[in-house]
Amino acid sequence: MSISAGTATPKLEIGSATKRKHRTLWGDAWVQFRRNRLAVLGLTLIVLIVVGVLAGPFLYPVDPKQINILEASAPPSMAHPFGTDDLGRDMLARCIYGGRISLSVGMAAMLIAMLVGSTVGLLAGYVSKLDNVLMRFTDMMLTLPQIPLLLVAMSLFRDPLRMRFGLEAGAFLMVVTIIGIFGWMPTARMVRGSVLSLKRKEFVEAAVNVGVHSSSIMWRHILPNTMAIIIVAATLSVASAILTESTLSFLGLGFPPDVPTWGSLLYENRNYMVKAPWMVMFPGILISVTILAINFMGDGLRDALDPRQRQ
Amino acid sequence: MGTYILRRILTAIPTLLFISFVIFALLALSPGDPTANLPPSLPMEIKLQIRESLGMNQPMPIRYVRWLQQFMINEPINAFEKATGISIGDSEGRLRITSWTARGKPVIDLVFERLPQTLWVVGLAYLLSIVIAVPVGVYAAYRQNSFFDQASSVLAVIGFSLPTFFTGVLVIQIFAVWLGWFPSLYNTTLRVTDFDSFLQQLRQMIMPVMVLAFFQVATVSRFARSSSIENLRQDYVRTARSKGLAERMVVTRHVVRNSMIPVVTLIALGIPGIFGGAIVTEQIFAVNGIGQLLIISIQSNDLPVVQTVLMIFAVLVVVFNLIADIAYGILDPRIRYN
Repeated sequence: MSISAGTATPKLEIGSATKRKHRTLWGDAWVQFRRNRLAVLGLTLIVLIVVGVLAGPFLYPVDPKQINILEASAPPSMAHPFGTDDLGRDMLARCIYGGRISLSVGMAAMLIAMLVGSTVGLLAGYVSKLDNVLMRFTDMMLTLPQIPLLLVAMSLFRDPLRMRFGLEAGAFLMVVTIIGIFGWMPTARMVRGSVLSLKRKEFVEAAVNVGVHSSSIMWRHILPNTMAIIIVAATLSVASAILTESTLSFLGLGFPPDVPTWGSLLYENRNYMVKAPWMVMFPGILISVTILAINFMGDGLRDALDPRQRQ
Repeated sequence: MGTYILRRILTAIPTLLFISFVIFALLALSPGDPTANLPPSLPMEIKLQIRESLGMNQPMPIRYVRWLQQFMINEPINAFEKATGISIGDSEGRLRITSWTARGKPVIDLVFERLPQTLWVVGLAYLLSIVIAVPVGVYAAYRQNSFFDQASSVLAVIGFSLPTFFTGVLVIQIFAVWLGWFPSLYNTTLRVTDFDSFLQQLRQMIMPVMVLAFFQVATVSRFARSSSIENLRQDYVRTARSKGLAERMVVTRHVVRNSMIPVVTLIALGIPGIFGGAIVTEQIFAVNGIGQLLIISIQSNDLPVVQTVLMIFAVLVVVFNLIADIAYGILDPRIRYN
């Protein structure tokens, strides 16, 4: 009997192994993410907006800077789906062009914030000596009155940068750096919290005992495990960077008015709000929908990637 | 409690110094030159003399200390004299920061003209948002996953995703232009003398307050919800229920009180954010508050005013952090003795 059982089991195992679907951490997260309808909606909207902004100029080849006084302040029509502004420039073309800038500001500022934030969080969490200093610094950075300081910094450093790098590139560098410098703190705190708990896990202890160097423990063992948190933080920080950029531009201190971003489109057209609401509504709706979609997706990602909420 | 408060005050000082240093460094390192606006016909030697009298050729640390003395000692005394009418020490000879554009008017006077409007709008918005957000958050947590919970969560995400400048524009379009309920611009010359003018004041404040509060309700209610959910799962809630306490008591006395601890911190830490939001709303609704003063003086390159306004923001932030810490200590005795 024992012999027959011994021959039977391997067969069974082979059979079940081929039938069972291979499961991975990211696969599980994707399954979880798909269950959240709002998150899927957010993802769809973001994909649509990104594709629209990237492919827009090819599908809709209208020059966003082409002035046409004869068609100034025209309401939405077949020729101009989003209407035109007070100089007769096509609003759809300007929104597409502005979206490229707004989204790339969001991405670039996010990259800076993530780089600084995860480095600070990793160091503070792993190196106990640095923890106190770095976290005090992070807390102090969080108490800074952000928007006022951003405004002042923009106004002080804008012109020299513009002279050195040109109108658009100078403003872009300025906005991205400043938003990035002021945006890394939440990430640092989240990463630190996660590193603190990972540090006490057995696999880290094992790596220490085997004699792995501290820097490669941080790089190879701890950082990959904080990826879930960093991804969520990155998503949410894109939204807040876009919001900050458009706020700065709306106050007239972000991009100059001749460079259309969603925020500066609102700023330059705000006086025509009553007469020609489309000039304000379309960029405003685009900003709102983008940020909303990113936030929905971020929430979904957090639920999907946070193992505490998953059974 | 006394030592706890003292310790908190002592830790607030380095924070204030840090913020003031950031403000100072920002302006000191900026490429702009205070003598750049002088007439170009002025001989170079005189320009250099002006630079010297401004202390611009002294080393950074000394400039910072002198700057600090002006902003932390002289100006508060000036402000105190202005507010109470009592003169302290050498009131005439003390240095005053004067605006470069408003005909050399002391900056403190400008600030005093404008601070009340900002504090009214921000304060009302904050109070309103707390009054709405906390019950909503707690109820959503109590009925977790109910329709109310889901609806309020979605609304909350919408609330903090919509930029204040866009909601402001929308609100003006709907309530002032289409419905005509409220004036679209803030009447800055209005003086509240009787009931009628009080009503008028209220009407013109509704829209800015609404826009600011909407954003704030979203953040606070989400936080109140997650904090209440955590507390509802605790053992002491089960104990309270099993000893026969009425459900209402369990929620209000036990759950809400404990859930408020982190919410209080959030409310205090949100203060810098709401002042940032106030700058935008003041710009949209043309409220002559301190945020508008900041924008105007940035545009006209009036650095003394910019610095003073920034310092006021910094002091407000630190003061509210301090209040939060103290409230935290009152609400949670464990923190006091730690």
